[in-house]
Amino acid sequence: MSSSSAAAFGSADSTAARRNTKRPKYSKFTQQELPACKPILTPRAVISVFLLVSVVFVPVGVASLLASRKVVEIIHRYDAECIPQSNSSDKVAYIQNPSADKTCNITLNVHKHMKSPIHVYYQLDNFYQNHRRYVKSRNDEQLRDSEKWDSTSGCKPEDMANGKPIVPCGLIAWSLFNDTYIFSRNNKNLTVNKKGISWKSDRDHKFGKDVFPKNFQNGSIIGGARLNDSIPFAVSNNYQCMYEIYGSPLFFYEQLSQQEDLIVWMRTAALPTFRKLYGKIEVDLNEGDTISVILKNNYNTYSFSGKKKLVLSTTGWLGGKNDFLGIAYLTVGGLCFFLAMAFTIIYFVKPRQLGDPSYLSWNRNPGGH
Amino acid sequence: MKRYVYINDDESAHDLYCDNRISNRKYTVLNFIPKNLWEQFSRFMNQYFLLIACLQLWSLITPVNPASTWGPLIFIFAVSATKEAWDDYHRYLSDKKANEKEVWVVRNGIKKLIQAQDIHVGNIVWLRENDEVPCDLVLIGSSDPQGLCYIETAAMDGETDLKTRVIPSACMGIDVELLHKIKGVIECPTPNKDIRRFDANMRLFPPFIDNDICPLTIKNTVLQSCYLRNTEWACGVAVYTGNETKLGMSRGIPEPKLTAMDAMIDKLTGAIFVFQIVVVMVLGIAGNVWKDTEAKKQWYVLYPDKGPWYELLIIPLRFELLCSIMIPISIKVSLDLVKGLYAKFIDWDHRMVDLETSTPSNATNTAISEDLGQVEYILTDKTGTLTENKMIFRRCCISGIFYGNENGDALKDVELLHAVSSGSPDVVQFLTIMAICNTVIPTQSKTGDILYKAQSQDEDALVQAAAHLHMVFFNKSGNILEVKFNSSVLQYEVLETLEFTSDRKRMSLVLRDCQNGKILLLSKGADEAILPYARTGQQTRNFVEAVEQYAHLGLRTLCLAWRELREDEYREWSLMFREANSTLVDREWRVAEVCQRIEHNLEVLGVTAIEDRLQDGVPETIETLRKAGINFWMLTGDKQNTAIQIALSCNFISPEPKGQLLSIDGKTEDEVRRSLERVLLTMRITTSEPKDVAFVIDGWALDFALNHYRKAFTELAILSRTAICCRVTPSQKAQLVQILKSCDYRTLAIGDGGNDVRMIQQADIGVGISGREGLQAARAADYSIGKFRFLKRLILVHGRYSYNRTAFLSQYSFYKSLLICFIQIFFSFISGVSGTSLFNSVSLMAYNVFYTSVPVLVSVLDKDLSEETVIQHPQILFYCQAGRLLNPSTFAGWFGRSLFHAVVVFLISIHAYAYDKSEMEEVSMVALSGCIWLQAFVVAMETNSFTILQHLAIWGNLAGFYAINWIFSALPASGMYTIMFRLCRQPSYWISIFLMTAAGMSPILAIKYFRYTYRPSKINTLQQAERLGGPILSLGTIEPQPRPLIEKDVSTLSITQPKNRNPVYEPLLSDSPNATRRSSGTPFDFFQSQSRSSLPNYSRNCKDN
Repeated sequence: MSSSSAAAFGSADSTAARRNTKRPKYSKFTQQELPACKPILTPRAVISVFLLVSVVFVPVGVASLLASRKVVEIIHRYDAECIPQSNSSDKVAYIQNPSADKTCNITLNVHKHMKSPIHVYYQLDNFYQNHRRYVKSRNDEQLRDSEKWDSTSGCKPEDMANGKPIVPCGLIAWSLFNDTYIFSRNNKNLTVNKKGISWKSDRDHKFGKDVFPKNFQNGSIIGGARLNDSIPFAVSNNYQCMYEIYGSPLFFYEQLSQQEDLIVWMRTAALPTFRKLYGKIEVDLNEGDTISVILKNNYNTYSFSGKKKLVLSTTGWLGGKNDFLGIAYLTVGGLCFFLAMAFTIIYFVKPRQLGDPSYLSWNRNPGGH
Repeated sequence: MKRYVYINDDESAHDLYCDNRISNRKYTVLNFIPKNLWEQFSRFMNQYFLLIACLQLWSLITPVNPASTWGPLIFIFAVSATKEAWDDYHRYLSDKKANEKEVWVVRNGIKKLIQAQDIHVGNIVWLRENDEVPCDLVLIGSSDPQGLCYIETAAMDGETDLKTRVIPSACMGIDVELLHKIKGVIECPTPNKDIRRFDANMRLFPPFIDNDICPLTIKNTVLQSCYLRNTEWACGVAVYTGNETKLGMSRGIPEPKLTAMDAMIDKLTGAIFVFQIVVVMVLGIAGNVWKDTEAKKQWYVLYPDKGPWYELLIIPLRFELLCSIMIPISIKVSLDLVKGLYAKFIDWDHRMVDLETSTPSNATNTAISEDLGQVEYILTDKTGTLTENKMIFRRCCISGIFYGNENGDALKDVELLHAVSSGSPDVVQFLTIMAICNTVIPTQSKTGDILYKAQSQDEDALVQAAAHLHMVFFNKSGNILEVKFNSSVLQYEVLETLEFTSDRKRMSLVLRDCQNGKILLLSKGADEAILPYARTGQQTRNFVEAVEQYAHLGLRTLCLAWRELREDEYREWSLMFREANSTLVDREWRVAEVCQRIEHNLEVLGVTAIEDRLQDGVPETIETLRKAGINFWMLTGDKQNTAIQIALSCNFISPEPKGQLLSIDGKTEDEVRRSLERVLLTMRITTSEPKDVAFVIDGWALDFALNHYRKAFTELAILSRTAICCRVTPSQKAQLVQILKSCDYRTLAIGDGGNDVRMIQQADIGVGISGREGLQAARAADYSIGKFRFLKRLILVHGRYSYNRTAFLSQYSFYKSLLICFIQIFFSFISGVSGTSLFNSVSLMAYNVFYTSVPVLVSVLDKDLSEETVIQHPQILFYCQAGRLLNPSTFAGWFGRSLFHAVVVFLISIHAYAYDKSEMEEVSMVALSGCIWLQAFVVAMETNSFTILQHLAIWGNLAGFYAINWIFSALPASGMYTIMFRLCRQPSYWISIFLMTAAGMSPILAIKYFRYTYRPSKINTLQQAERLGGPILSLGTIEPQPRPLIEKDVSTLSITQPKNRNPVYEPLLSDSPNATRRSSGTPFDFFQSQSRSSLPNYSRNCKDN
């Protein structure tokens, strides 16, 4: 049906020419022709990647593991032993009894030389600082700005006491950990430096220098817990004092930015098991040293069967003792090595030509890939 | 329902009908916000997001700042609303321009210049040359002495040729000055959108012509948006104004089309929603149990002993909010964005520009590009779509003598030239009919050439051919036609025009020969519309054979006939004709009936054969697309034989022995049923064999099949890869599309003419060829292309890429949302199932909006295979058609991947950041960083081709994540003050991140590599072959075994044998289904031509796995 005289009469073409359409602009982008690199998964590339990963990961894993192993750690659980025999049947009643003597003596043995600074942590188990009711129960504005002392939104149910706003408000501050430790070695007091245990940024920007606690721990509802009334004072000489009289007794308070225990506590933990820094011992501890600790077992973990541990630990470049990263790195590195080997073997045992046209038979059911 | 328009009556109509203010606007300033919001919220996804956002306002249950949902939600809504407002503003501007255009209108008997919007029904509007018509007018005057005027209707129907309009007879000869004072009434139908019909009457009041009802047709009107051309002035009465004009009524927003992919995404969203509800219920119950048992002991959380009545709901609702991010809020915006870009790529594509007319392709509908990649059936028109619609007169048969058979061009046939010069009466009469029996308008150009403006290409071809044979139609002034034959000028006066309709399939002219005063009837039309009315005694056998023969060559045939009318016969008939023309009800039918009374006893002169050439590249395109597993149906109004010939020549059907053509026909319902059953039986047997079986059906049989045997026909439609439907009407075309759609096939309809519009609108995808029959189809279509061959690129390149890209983008959107959601769920198990969010509000919001949306957006540039490879291996389209890249099982893969990655990120974060380091904000940022790194690598791994933009987006985004977080970490007021600085200084942070990346990606890489190398999909194999540069061979075209024909009870006939066609024709307008029908009696056709390679057989069931 081909004909040479196709355009013998072309009068209809004039109509087509009238359509004023212009060609679209040309660029590599509009034509989808940008130069592109199209990598494909060749055996060589894939095996090299796996080998490379394993070559990098195994040494890093070893280094991490060594770093973790170098850290010396003393963990002592004391929540059970610090309950007097007579009260062991009802621990909650004992801990909630404000008049009971909470003093408890424990001894720690240093099994390996510990280089200063030695971090003193308390570790709580089964304590949900990340609970939704708890984690949001604070007011950052109030903590930062003395003008906003009466903003207590989000602090419920610990926002007001006796009709007045609490500073610092909220469940977190209200449930501040209050066990105390006094360390001694060979009957000589070991100083625990409680300065600088919190984040500097918190001290400088999150907790105001002119914000003072008000009306704190003065409420009528203390949900079964027995909390110390006053903030434990840091051993410091530059604290300011201020008096506030709510009837009796008389309280001394320090500015919030100096209340480092509170600042540390208010950095809520993401996990129900966590350690918080209590202080630092700035002398070395020698192997064989015996540390005796006089502690006040005030904090109630008994009602929810939480454990309390005292931890002394040195630090390495990766932080505290944690084998996880090292082991994980070795595992991943090993796995990649294994995969690299496996693929190499498969490659040699059952070579497969890439782009083999015999796999392009369209007559077969194309679904069978 | 009628409307009475009082001409020039300044008061009465003002309140009755609206003024001429055009408004295409969807909104007004006042209702924009409520209406737009209402529209947006009518979508389920938006309702869901609104519910979530509202729940978040309740601070007791919200895990994060409500801004994290409101922000994106407002952003998304603002984007959609801005787009709508922008479009609406532009509509307003163009409306305003049209409304404020100044026009001359008669007011109180004086011509005044007023704004177009102040025109009222009944006003007389004056137009000058090249003016745009402001509203629908009934003409009452024109500068032309015959009362003619010419208009261009391109804005309305896309047809660029000029059309004549004539003033009604009642207004003929009224003095220009008196037109100001004319009074009368026009009785017309209520506003409707039919731009081809206007059945009205006009009566002028005294002193003009008393009590004479004058019929009006569409010929007497000029419609809004047309242009007045070649006429000095014209004036008319406004009958429809403003939004009630024919154009205004036909305007309307077509129903939005939903792609198969969107439907799948909706389905998956639904599944995720159900999953989310389950998770929420489980966690809600667990949370309440934990609260009642454990939380009571945790004194520091200070649970009140007795909560409010809704206490039990609080925890589930919290989890609902926490899990709400499972359904990504960004997916809609991302999809809209990329779809817009797909459409732009089509508009921009230089390889789809028709160089002849420099028409670029255009995607009118920007939302359905993915569907192009999933097309299973293409329903195509023939004329103008497969063929060029450039008609050339090739052969003719005059009184039994064939001309043009030797050299294929009658114009060069010496015998014909000789016959013309010798003035053989039959030949001269034949040429006269060719030259004047039409609606062509000759115009003389300045150089003296005669240009013809024809509405139909066939007429143009005939007039041109007649001119070549010295019968030059050179002037038409009013009713007088002037023809020059061998230097003598002949004049004819047109008395009546019996117009062509697709039902009548013929047109006739009653005219008076000015030379001798005789009244003649000249007719031309399809063979079955002319030959049955031949005068008794005339042998039509010759003509039947000629028609047969020409049809076999794929030529379009027209029969020409004439007869002389007696004066009284004409006069009697003329009265009936006028009466029929002035009826208001069923005018078309009545007119046709009257026409038939005169169109009989014809002296058939001969047959013309016009060639319509195939467009370039049609056979290749069809072959490629069929290899891609797309089934073709040809729906044409043409004759069966012509259709079959065209089908053969463009690879549509394969000749014997490869192909087999089954015919469904029959005169009666019963015959059609038997024929259908027979074909169905044959079809069932042959489906398993590598043979192209096609069926052919004509409009008559199709009517029975569709109305009475729909089920059987549907089964046939499923079994048959190819079908030819001839003689089908526009509504049947649409019905066929409907049938295929009802079987869940994705259909694409392609056509070029007004008769394809319904099919184009009905199909999942409508493609219009911006061709010679005007732009009507192109305007109604979702895509318009210049040539049929661009369809290949449209489907294989644009459709396929769009599908692949959207498949990745949508699943990836779910992946990243699920990833972060799973981490939140895991975290809830270690936070006392209380619904604490690990991530802060800023991170959650930015995660969806910034961190993860940018890299994936550049996946619109991804190309898994190069365009050349795809065109070379069109079979690869199967993956898109069968939905291999987005279906529940691939989605499950992404779901599993997100679960795995969530486990990796979560476990590593909580273990690496345990004990003294387990600070909430730090852990949260570690986990978030892990997610960001993993998603960057996931995008990188799923990207097949990296351009500079991809690198920028993927790795730049990673850098951007740190930049944004450093900025936030520098702000004391933000919750994450100094966190990111602290983390970036810690070796353990980087070590954890690399661990997450390696642990998360290495199994995925291993699996991908294994599948890629040892279980490669066809795509993978082609990728490998393409990039290794080796020769790409396809073993797809295996020759099928020759097999004996199945010749049940159907006879096979060779096409070269003379057909025993029944020369009995039935009147087309007959209503009786029992009327005699021609039967072709050729259920099987052997096609004797060279063998072609077979096509792969895809079985449909493989779509389900």
